Amino acid sequence: MTTDVLLKVENVRKEFPTHSKEVVQAVAGVSLEVHKGETLGLVGETGCGKSTLARCMAHLYDVTSGSVTFEGQDITKLSRKAMRPLRRDVQVIFQDPYGSLNPRRRVGSIIGDPFAIHNIASGNERKKKVQELMELVGLNPEHYNRFPAEFSGGQRQRIGVARALALRPKLVICDEPVSALDVSIQAQIINLLADLQKEFDLTYVFISHDLSVVRHVSNRIAVMYLGKIVELAPTDELFSQTRHPYTRALLSALPVADPDTADSREQIILGGDIPSATNPPEGCRFHTRCPKARLDCAAEEPPLEAVLDDSWQHRTACFYPLTVGEDLSTAVPDLKAS
Amino acid sequence: MTAAIEMVDVLDEPKAIEGRSPFVLAVHRLRKDKVAMISLAVILLIVLMAIFAPVFTAITGHPPNEQYRDIGLTPDGLPRGPNGTFWLGTDDLGRDILVRIAYGARVSLLVGVIATAITVVIGVVLGLAAGFLGGITDTVLARLIDVVLSVPFLLVAIALVSVTGPSLTVTVLVIGCFSWASVARIVRGQVLSLREREFVEAARSLGAGDGRIMFVDVLPNVMAPVIVYTTLLIPVVIVTQATLSFLGLGLPPPTADWGGMISSSQNYYTTAWWFILFPGLALLITTLAFNLFGDGVRDAFDPRADRT
Repeated sequence: MTTDVLLKVENVRKEFPTHSKEVVQAVAGVSLEVHKGETLGLVGETGCGKSTLARCMAHLYDVTSGSVTFEGQDITKLSRKAMRPLRRDVQVIFQDPYGSLNPRRRVGSIIGDPFAIHNIASGNERKKKVQELMELVGLNPEHYNRFPAEFSGGQRQRIGVARALALRPKLVICDEPVSALDVSIQAQIINLLADLQKEFDLTYVFISHDLSVVRHVSNRIAVMYLGKIVELAPTDELFSQTRHPYTRALLSALPVADPDTADSREQIILGGDIPSATNPPEGCRFHTRCPKARLDCAAEEPPLEAVLDDSWQHRTACFYPLTVGEDLSTAVPDLKAS
Repeated sequence: MTAAIEMVDVLDEPKAIEGRSPFVLAVHRLRKDKVAMISLAVILLIVLMAIFAPVFTAITGHPPNEQYRDIGLTPDGLPRGPNGTFWLGTDDLGRDILVRIAYGARVSLLVGVIATAITVVIGVVLGLAAGFLGGITDTVLARLIDVVLSVPFLLVAIALVSVTGPSLTVTVLVIGCFSWASVARIVRGQVLSLREREFVEAARSLGAGDGRIMFVDVLPNVMAPVIVYTTLLIPVVIVTQATLSFLGLGLPPPTADWGGMISSSQNYYTTAWWFILFPGLALLITTLAFNLFGDGVRDAFDPRADRT
């Protein structure tokens, strides 16, 4: 795989004001890079900041601090107008196939929007391009004049994919593109995305809370917890050499088809709820729920770096990373001062 | 040769599949609503009456402002009741009430449509801007809406007309400039929730600017309540115009208009019932038809709303 960096996220923070004077730290200092041609998976629980990070990457939100660099250009400071040409290169596929399509506009006009906005094609030329796109994503081009309400969820998501691909972007940020769909439809959309990636040399950032989906599509996976990346690794390594206790807990929750394996394998059930993002824990954000937490976990924040004998490709934010084969189910946190 | 191929293409190509827009569906529902359709027929009759008012003059031979002091008034100088010459009777100056009602429809409909159009355009644009742009724009516009809604409309109208003198333009402007606030408030509320929808974010991610998002993406989604409100606003405006006329602030005489006719009939209640009844009926039937049609439109455009 080439290691050309297409998008670089450096120490990005995004805070939202609340009605009281507190702020919600949705993204609390994230750094990562997206390589050309790869699919970077981004997983985490609901509310961990995945979608916010995605919107920061696409400059739909202004970041509170930090920078997002696309092809060497910092896009966080760009005005809406200066951002316009870059919009062609960075596109977003949204989670909700019902909410992301305007119910009052015809599908042809929705998919043709990118051409209209960037003054690329009009009239019959636009119609032809739109129908080509519809065919490309597996829609019947004759449905050009229909309204979104006349399509099923899977078809609507195909419309979203067609719209995102209209301008042949370099980077497509897929924000939970299949979470709202039936499992059988999920596979269709994922395969469609994979085919399109091959055909158009696309780079994906693929966000999901479903590890099995992310595992299937990603070259590398970043695991997020409460606004931070806790582990970032090539997909195989993340599963075979899991370093972070939170990643291990997520993996143990994956359903397994074989009941015998399912019974015998390690079950890690995290205590408590995900802490509030308005008032995150000191030190390691996971220490309140971590089976291996020690006193220094609560005092200091572990940096995201290569641990044990891992390469730079595999980074973990943990003072006490897991070794292969280590049993986490019997671990007991020790937060008392000795 | 090419023509032949094209012919074959046309024959082979299945008919393009045309989606039915929410608007078309609503019109379809509306057409099944009997009350609304009857009301629409009545409205169309009134419109025809206004357009072809000169026909009434041609048939009866009475111009609207001609005073028949000899045959149109009793020897005591009182209005004459309905008879073979004056089908709906005459007014205090011996003018034909039927012809004047037909000409009066022109004023009512003209004011009703133009003033409503002004109201809706101002209301939609300001409501969109307030709801979508937010921030300082919203604060200023929302306060302006509150101010306009709390101004005693009739008092200001009376004061204004007494300064400028009564005319059609002033009536239309006064109504237009004071009624937009409620439209703006409705639109603003809708836009506030639409603004957070994902399709707006999708448009932004494609590089669309504020103007495009407001008018291409958001506006079509607020049109249903706007259309409903518009049809219900027309009768209100017609009554307002009649009210202004009744108070002597409408059109300068001798122009025929319903409010003015009702006003001048005041002294003849006991002696000439036709003088107040027929202009009053014209006003009542018109506003009732618009209101019933407006109810039908509301039901058609929002099938979820309860019919209460």
